[in-house]
Amino acid sequence: MFYAILRRFGQMLFVMFGISVIVFLIFFATPGADPAARIAGRNASPEVLAAVRHSFGFDQPLYVQYTRMMEKIFVTGDLTSFVNRGWKVVPAVLDSIPVTLSLVFGAAVLWVVVSIIIGIVAAATRDSWLDKLLMALGLLGISMPVYWLGEVMNLITQSRYHDSWAFSWVPPLGYKNFSDDPKGWFLTLVIPWITLAILYIGIYGRVLRAAIIESMQEDYIRTARAKGLSETRILFRHALRTSLIAFVTLFGLDFGALVGGSALLTEVVFGLHGIGKLTYDALQNLDLPMIMATVMYASMFVVIANAVVDFVYILLDPRLRAS
Amino acid sequence: MILSVRDLKVSFRTHDGPVRAIDGVSFDLEESEILGVVGESGSGKTVSLLAVMGLITDPNATIEGSIRYKGRELVGLPTRELRRLRGNEIAMIFQDPMTALTPVYTIGWQIAEQIRAHRGLSKSKAMERVEQLLAEVNFPNPHEAMSRYPHQLSGGMRQRAVIAMALSCDPALLVADEPTTALDVTVQAGILDLVRKLRAKHKSAVVFITHDMGVVSELADRVMVMYAGRVVERGTRTELFSDPRHPYTRALLGSIPPLTGQKPRRLPAIPGSPPSLLRLPQGCPFGPRCPVRYEPCDAGKPGLGASAHAAACFRVAQA
Repeated sequence: MFYAILRRFGQMLFVMFGISVIVFLIFFATPGADPAARIAGRNASPEVLAAVRHSFGFDQPLYVQYTRMMEKIFVTGDLTSFVNRGWKVVPAVLDSIPVTLSLVFGAAVLWVVVSIIIGIVAAATRDSWLDKLLMALGLLGISMPVYWLGEVMNLITQSRYHDSWAFSWVPPLGYKNFSDDPKGWFLTLVIPWITLAILYIGIYGRVLRAAIIESMQEDYIRTARAKGLSETRILFRHALRTSLIAFVTLFGLDFGALVGGSALLTEVVFGLHGIGKLTYDALQNLDLPMIMATVMYASMFVVIANAVVDFVYILLDPRLRAS
Repeated sequence: MILSVRDLKVSFRTHDGPVRAIDGVSFDLEESEILGVVGESGSGKTVSLLAVMGLITDPNATIEGSIRYKGRELVGLPTRELRRLRGNEIAMIFQDPMTALTPVYTIGWQIAEQIRAHRGLSKSKAMERVEQLLAEVNFPNPHEAMSRYPHQLSGGMRQRAVIAMALSCDPALLVADEPTTALDVTVQAGILDLVRKLRAKHKSAVVFITHDMGVVSELADRVMVMYAGRVVERGTRTELFSDPRHPYTRALLGSIPPLTGQKPRRLPAIPGSPPSLLRLPQGCPFGPRCPVRYEPCDAGKPGLGASAHAAACFRVAQA
């Protein structure tokens, strides 16, 4: 077990190394583009340009440039964005991490709990009006784009009905640090959580329902019935348990992507300065140091999320345990 | 009398009209008796026994007739009552041990689950019982085997685990649905041995479904041959093998290669294939494939009669 974890950790490092090399090559070794000019920004004086060139090692071979870049991100942390008037890149990324994590973690808890309930209820009452209603609502949730739903949410809770008893508690848009103001942190995030979760509740509820119904056809369910177990026990202990494997796969992919910046639309709509927003702005301005840092950060979370999923897999499915 | 089935009819609604999978099956089972049920795929052997277990969950199915277990009517019994019998008094062994166990639990856990569902035993008491049972079905290392997952065991071992599970509550009736079909011949012999031994020890009556005449000749006290959802012949093992009466039974026995003497150049086979249950022939269902068919066969379906050794055939009735 210990060696398996160690090996997985080695793989993670290797994957991240690969990603860093590829991203580096795309932005810094593309023929015809001068990375120094990009980093220094528009209207940079020749002196600044020369300083950048020297500091990033652009007058030296590629591997030196790569090493300098990684050093600036991970060791010294003094990567500077000239485009953004001398912003330190690494602190900017570190500041936006808790915002995104708060948003995604909360939404994930919400969507996992609700979609499991929906999936079970729909599968248990298969083909009834309740099942049909839940699946129709799920489809509705999937069909509503986050940027639209978010704006509608804002319209309702921030302006139109803000004065009513139902939404008067909703604070203005923005993010509050958990350590400074836990209540404010929670209240500002409730609406974003719901908005982000709705899409995934639809998808996960439907996926789980299908998986449960599929495993209810398996031979081992017939065995369970022949054993004289109650339908509830069969559903929870036998069908649901084997269905969660598909659920976890999906969760790992989505969670990793969201933490890595895919929550961008939600972040923009609700004025949360998370990692998605940061990446988006960096790409808009072709802010190479910032792009490099955010991509490295995102890949790290995707890789970690995948490793966690693999681990949960092994817990859920004994067939994957090395004998 | 432990089980008495009378005029059992099972039909399924399908897009192409109703299909009668079981058409008037009757049989009795005495205590600690082994009844062999033989027939081709689709002859209704499995469906009739699933009906006994109350395991036909298809909402399109209709079950008619009477199934009495120890004098108690099972058809129309509420699920709750049925559940108390299933796994406790009536247990079942399935055809494919590869898929019959839930992949994510150890076999010890799965057997204990059944024991605990019917007996209010503590976890550790149940586990003790599991170890005992696994030893009984010849697991070389029962204690270690309890913590094994199904995928870590061979097919034969899994089937042993399934048998141990079926026996866990000392059922009075054991239904075995082709338990050896998916296994190697050498493993088969071991499983048959085990069934025989356990029958002697637990005094369970056994219904053994198979399409293998060899298995029947080794194991069964009495035999029932099924064709197209009907019983075509029944009798004791000796009667059936020394004096087969129905042309279908004869043809089945004729298609077994002899172990001694001259081997035939070509093994005789039954011409044609079993009829579709959607389009049963007028008259005797076996008619189109029958070598001794004559006029009455096209007119009506032959009945089985009441005698102990009986065949549903006009030729036999005439003789």
